[in-house]
Amino acid sequence: MSLWEMFSFPFIQRALVAGALVSLCAALLGVPLVLKRYSMIGDGLSHVSFGALAVAVALGFTPLYFSIPVVVAAAFLLLRVADSPRWNSDAAIAVVSASSLALGVLVISKTSGMTTDVDNYMFGSVLAMSRADVALSVVLCAAVLALFSLFYHRIFAVTFDESFSRATGLRAERYNALLALLTALTIVLGMRMMGAMLISSLVIFPALAAMRLFRSFRGVTLCAAVTSVACFCAGLAVSFAWSTPVGATVVAANLAMFLLACAIAAMRRK
Amino acid sequence: MERTDLIVCRDLSLGYEGQSVLSHLNLHIRAGDYLCIVGDNGSGKSTLLRGLLGLLPPLSGTIQRAAELERGAVGYLPQQTRAQRDFPATVEEVVLSGFLNRKGLGFFYSAAQRSQALMNLGKLGALELKNQSYRDLSGGQQQRVLLARALCAASRLLILDEPVTGLDPAAAQDLYKTLAYLNKKEGMALVMVTHDLRPALREAGAVLHIGHGGTFLGSPAEYLASPYGRRFKEAAE
Repeated sequence: MSLWEMFSFPFIQRALVAGALVSLCAALLGVPLVLKRYSMIGDGLSHVSFGALAVAVALGFTPLYFSIPVVVAAAFLLLRVADSPRWNSDAAIAVVSASSLALGVLVISKTSGMTTDVDNYMFGSVLAMSRADVALSVVLCAAVLALFSLFYHRIFAVTFDESFSRATGLRAERYNALLALLTALTIVLGMRMMGAMLISSLVIFPALAAMRLFRSFRGVTLCAAVTSVACFCAGLAVSFAWSTPVGATVVAANLAMFLLACAIAAMRRK
Repeated sequence: MERTDLIVCRDLSLGYEGQSVLSHLNLHIRAGDYLCIVGDNGSGKSTLLRGLLGLLPPLSGTIQRAAELERGAVGYLPQQTRAQRDFPATVEEVVLSGFLNRKGLGFFYSAAQRSQALMNLGKLGALELKNQSYRDLSGGQQQRVLLARALCAASRLLILDEPVTGLDPAAAQDLYKTLAYLNKKEGMALVMVTHDLRPALREAGAVLHIGHGGTFLGSPAEYLASPYGRRFKEAAE
């Protein structure tokens, strides 16, 4: 079956549109998150979103309406923990991750049992995106793009040097909160296709690869956005052609891109 | 408050969560001053800087700032963080971010701001670095770039938090020369927290010692003669 025919399936169209947009948002948000050493927050949030999803299904709520507020709340909590000198932040995030995962598994085992649904939450499914999800992805992506370009210089300043930004009158905590909010939304939207265990790689990999290749913040941001969308499309196509799970295939594409970037950086240094 | 006063602290107490770290301090910072803040670890030097920058409200007493210093127009050179040292950004991007407090919501910096950013880099002898990546620079060059950024934010007062930490002696020497130049030739007021006493005492106009035993404010010569400074006298000679 040719690549062209693949796009005649409505579920693939939906996955492509929603996935590419979520990848774009995740990559843009990932650059400041990785540079601020907040990568683990993205990972923690994906575990929280798994727990929230399991609880929502058990209680009969619409998954998105329940998990969005829960994950947003968790994002603010994790951000506070990461910035607080009193907490050992990576340990705290690990505790939150494991607890949400355990809660999710417990709830599932007492309700539906370990079914393919659970497998889908954990590792994603290309069939997960409904029309409503695609619409929400478009809205989210527009919001991330608009906010990111509007506050681009401020996000740069706060990422590079929070103390200086505060001293020159910038409300750094607002920009951190904005990043956390948008990251939470991106993760909730992306996790059902990518899987709770795999979604955080969309945030982290493109930024890491771009940092190997570019020397300016603008270069890194643009490169991360482009590679993320390209890796998603490549991953989706491969997953369709060889019937592999989409989440894992997209992560593999990102990993390949990262290794390639490392190789290029190493060759340049010689 | 007189016309040359930039910051006036009266009977100032600073601290966190009601616990005062620093109490009953009186301090005038005037245009063209060069003040070094010295003292033991944990004596409240960084707390005082946070207060002067307006990041920490006083527990009691007042901090008055000249009108031009309001809205964050203070040049600040913070201590570098570990994440910053390998940050992918060009020198130009970093220096331009100093203008953020004077920039509207437009996406681009103005041509005037760009040329002033280059001028500030030139003033610090770092113009040739402008297209380099911040993470590829040496510690001394990074400090110069951050200083150029601070100059973009403010033209009359710089506040520096241990600027020579992590620099080798030659780079530290260079930085002190640059600071003395900014102070004497450009009339920039400097407030610097430092552990490195010798150069501080050579260049500074005044020394503020904060410690658990009390505070001392005076000229470097008076400081060395005081009980607080006597133990540093040998080091300074």
